[in-house]
Amino acid sequence: MTARERIAGNVAGYVDDRTGAAKWMKKNLTKVFPDHWSFLLGEICLYSFVILLLSGTFLTFWYDPSMREVVYEGSYEPLQGLEMSAAYASTLDISFEVRGGLLMRQIHHWAALIFMVGIVVHLMRVYFTGAFRKPRETNWVIGVGLLTLGIVEGFLGYSLPDDLLSGTGIRIAEAIIQALPVVGSYLAFFTFGGAFPGVAFIPRIYTVHILLLPGIFLALITVHLMLVWYQKHTQFPGPGRTEKNVVGYPLMPVYMAKAGGFFFIVFGVTAFLGAVASINPIWLYGPYTPGQVSAGSQPDWYMGWLDGLVRMAPPIETVTFGYTISWNILIPGLILPGIMFTALALYPFIESWATGDKREHHLLDRPRNAPTRTAIGAMALTFTLVCLLNGGNDIIATTFDLTINQMMWFSRIGVIVLPPLAYVITKRLCLSLQRADRDLVLHGRETGRLVRMPNGEFTEIHEPISAEKAWLLTSHEQLAPLELPDLDGGGVRRPGAIKNKIRNRISRSMATAVPKATQSERKELEGHH
Amino acid sequence: MKRLSRLRRHRATGPILLIFALFTIGTTFQVASAVDAEQTTTIAARSAAIDEGREIFLKGCSSCHGLNAESGGIAPSLIGVGAASVDFQVGTGRMPMGDMSVQAMRKAPLYNPEEVYALAMYVASLAPGPEIPTEEMLNYERDGSTAEGGELFRTNCAMCHNFAGQGGALTQGKYAPTLMGVEPVHIYEALITGPQSMPVFSDKTITPEEKLSMIKWIKAAEAEPQLGGAALGRVGPVTEGLLVWTLGIGLLIGVAVWLAAKAR
Repeated sequence: MTARERIAGNVAGYVDDRTGAAKWMKKNLTKVFPDHWSFLLGEICLYSFVILLLSGTFLTFWYDPSMREVVYEGSYEPLQGLEMSAAYASTLDISFEVRGGLLMRQIHHWAALIFMVGIVVHLMRVYFTGAFRKPRETNWVIGVGLLTLGIVEGFLGYSLPDDLLSGTGIRIAEAIIQALPVVGSYLAFFTFGGAFPGVAFIPRIYTVHILLLPGIFLALITVHLMLVWYQKHTQFPGPGRTEKNVVGYPLMPVYMAKAGGFFFIVFGVTAFLGAVASINPIWLYGPYTPGQVSAGSQPDWYMGWLDGLVRMAPPIETVTFGYTISWNILIPGLILPGIMFTALALYPFIESWATGDKREHHLLDRPRNAPTRTAIGAMALTFTLVCLLNGGNDIIATTFDLTINQMMWFSRIGVIVLPPLAYVITKRLCLSLQRADRDLVLHGRETGRLVRMPNGEFTEIHEPISAEKAWLLTSHEQLAPLELPDLDGGGVRRPGAIKNKIRNRISRSMATAVPKATQSERKELEGHH
Repeated sequence: MKRLSRLRRHRATGPILLIFALFTIGTTFQVASAVDAEQTTTIAARSAAIDEGREIFLKGCSSCHGLNAESGGIAPSLIGVGAASVDFQVGTGRMPMGDMSVQAMRKAPLYNPEEVYALAMYVASLAPGPEIPTEEMLNYERDGSTAEGGELFRTNCAMCHNFAGQGGALTQGKYAPTLMGVEPVHIYEALITGPQSMPVFSDKTITPEEKLSMIKWIKAAEAEPQLGGAALGRVGPVTEGLLVWTLGIGLLIGVAVWLAAKAR
């Protein structure tokens, strides 16, 4: 034993005697994680959250959350001498007077965008591979909560500088609150502590942005990760991988190194963007005044689809008992997003109800092997994408020589027509891919080598695929549709007959599949090729 | 007093006064006619320009605007639009129009400055209208204030031309063009004539000094270095979102794939 080993042993022994950490560490440091690039998408969110905490703390040192009116005397000449809020002036000072301040602001903002992109791509991975199934439904709901809070947190964050663009966004938020029937105007009054914009709003959202929501984020992220830890990570099917084991590398040292390295790479990419690409140039927007607005006022991308929904809404209002209800704001601003987020959060429960599958799943699905789920996902993405495009309709119109009216009508029709179309196309694509898999297993790989037979016939040589690949293409299970009875034993209609009929129908759709190649079919066809 | 009244009755008083009066009138006339001579040459140059302008107008404009600029049915009458309007529309290449689409586009001018001036003089000769601002009127560096111009710009212009003067979309394919690289004289003329979808900002709503402040701010925005890195078109969050969904997440997924692949 060398001297170094002896010292290390003594330190470890000292800690273990007092904390009993050795047993816990031994168990957890050797915990195995499966390896796949898509399992790193969630880590992007975690790391950008850490970057947000660090850079955000830096910004709080100089930011002044106050609507107090000051005269700008900083070094940005085009605004010198203008009256503005201390919030805006201090953000200008962060950008132009504080050393490294602009870089930090830009890193913070880019990290926020990357955080939200990370959440969405992570959500897509979890959804399309079916990782949300039992026992991970709770974690899915927490994830949807994080997505929703992320949108709110981001919105509050870019509202803080009190520049012309963010003020416009807050004005729209106020309008959406006011659109709530009966309570709307009161709620807006309470939120802003009086008439818009007032002096209370900026200090309030500051507290929410830097204290309340980050606290909730920390708590939810901790639970999210602890559940992953406790329930173990899902894995893609492969030889030797079952529902009962996890095949991969131990946390120490492989994942420690990978995760640590990836953190620095995420930090690097964020810092790179912060250094080379301008984001939210508040000095160009100018201070907020309710009387001003800029062409092309857009929210950040994660709010963009909501803005697009509001932009495409036809002007429908009704007057009841002298009170106006603005459906054109209420439906796209509150009702539709409410429905979408609820449906998203409940999806694991809906699917398990529809398929009747209550078993635990630790092996992931290939998206093609769950055609209906994949098609529903494609439908939701198409809907959101059409809305997002319409959110930037003016920029797109001027860039591509279109008219804003064409864009709006495309969106109005597209938002209804394109999602079902995406559903049908995606489902067909999935089934075709299943068919291709089946062909591959039964007939082998096409080699491109053509052979002329003695009788003059041309055939292409097919090479059998490896046993490993064949197993991969046939190992998934195919669900049988539910067959819930609508008659009881005596031939009388049961009380829940209609419900069962509907459930059978949905379940049949969920179970649509090209029958996978069986072992006997494979054996039988082996003689042919 | 007695002396003065005696002098008044002097025999020579009359002729002396006559000579004095004639001298005064003669001198005044001399000075006055000298000014007139200058005007005469200006007027002569002007009428030459008007004649030349009329020639150009008949060849290049009358097919749409009518032989006497009285509107040819497809294009508006130009009587009373003033020289400023012509200088803006023709000087920025918007007129003659390339095609009869929703809006005349800015392009390389078809006529040289002298021809543009001649056309402007011809149209101005039809009826009075806004005149081309002189160099002296356009000294925005001296008479304008950038910060005030910015406030005025955000209040009056940004809703169509965007916060940084990059332009924006209007309805039915019309658009507010970018203000980057536009001559100060053309900005001024646009303000006082209100071309296409733009409203007129008369000297009562926006004073000439305020107009110069706006021009000074626009020129400052044009010259502003790309603070904070690539400006991404200065159109707000759309391009930022595009960048994060392409380069940002692209780089990160690329690294993730690389990290996972290395483990094999």
